[in-house]
Amino acid sequence: MEKPYQLNLEKNKLKFSVKITLKKNVLDPQGKIVQQTLQNMGMDTLKTLRQGKYFEIDVNENDETIATNKIEEMCNKLLVNLIIEDFKISKV
Amino acid sequence: MNSSVIVFPGSNCDRDIAVALEKLQFKNKMIWHKDTSLPKSDLIVIPGGFSYGDYLRSGAIAGKSNILNEVVKAANDGCLVLGVCNGFQILTETGLLKGVLLRNNNLKFIGKDINVKVVNTDNKFCNKYKKDQVLKLNIAHNEGNYFTDAEHLKELEDKNLIPFKYCDKNGNVNKESNPNGSLNSIAAIFNNNKNILGMMPHPERMVDKIISNDDGVNLFTSLLNN
Repeated sequence: MEKPYQLNLEKNKLKFSVKITLKKNVLDPQGKIVQQTLQNMGMDTLKTLRQGKYFEIDVNENDETIATNKIEEMCNKLLVNLIIEDFKISKV
Repeated sequence: MNSSVIVFPGSNCDRDIAVALEKLQFKNKMIWHKDTSLPKSDLIVIPGGFSYGDYLRSGAIAGKSNILNEVVKAANDGCLVLGVCNGFQILTETGLLKGVLLRNNNLKFIGKDINVKVVNTDNKFCNKYKKDQVLKLNIAHNEGNYFTDAEHLKELEDKNLIPFKYCDKNGNVNKESNPNGSLNSIAAIFNNNKNILGMMPHPERMVDKIISNDDGVNLFTSLLNN
């Protein structure tokens, strides 16, 4: 039988994902090598490939706006170097 | 002159630079990153190494440590700050120096002796060098490829904020003599006030003729000359 307080905890938990990509004018040597390797393997349809980072973040907050603002603060203050990277926050 | 060397988990050039400083008559103290105050210092050094294993981005985690808040305050009050290698990366992550150090364009860790040209001597760190002098220093990094926006790059050149550029033995600055793809062959930069210097080459590895050469000595003696 389900316990009500556990249900409540789940309800208060929001999940987000953050995708971090290099800005268009920043060289991505790692991505370039991966791209070249795939092309050498015969993947002819591959046009361009860029490598990025992905984070999954759970928060103890049930207000989506407040939570999104918090995630944005995390990105601006640590997760992202805004000189070379862009980010996109999505609710999971 | 009083110096403080900041030590992080993963620093590995902290003792080397302490030896260099003490050899050249600095009164040096080692400061653990969790400390929340700095002793009175004329020079703060952020040494090379791999603070926090380079997690997230080189220097990103160290840039948020307790002691860095104090370093930022002291630097903004005009204290001399030297960041070498990982120290340079940390200074860019704190925003004390603009720009960023990207992965070397050949995707390889580069550990070798290289040449740099002294481009600008009108500052507290390089006044004992001669302009256009070619030095042999050592680099050991995976992320030394300096990058910044076009506006800042112009500012660096126009205001003489680049003390060292990579070159060949004869002082030629070009694509062939640039080991890591750094913009304009930049090996080191200053902030606008020229009290904060970030450099990828290691001056502390070149302070003794017996084990290497002493091309790094004048960087330290320049500081004593102020």
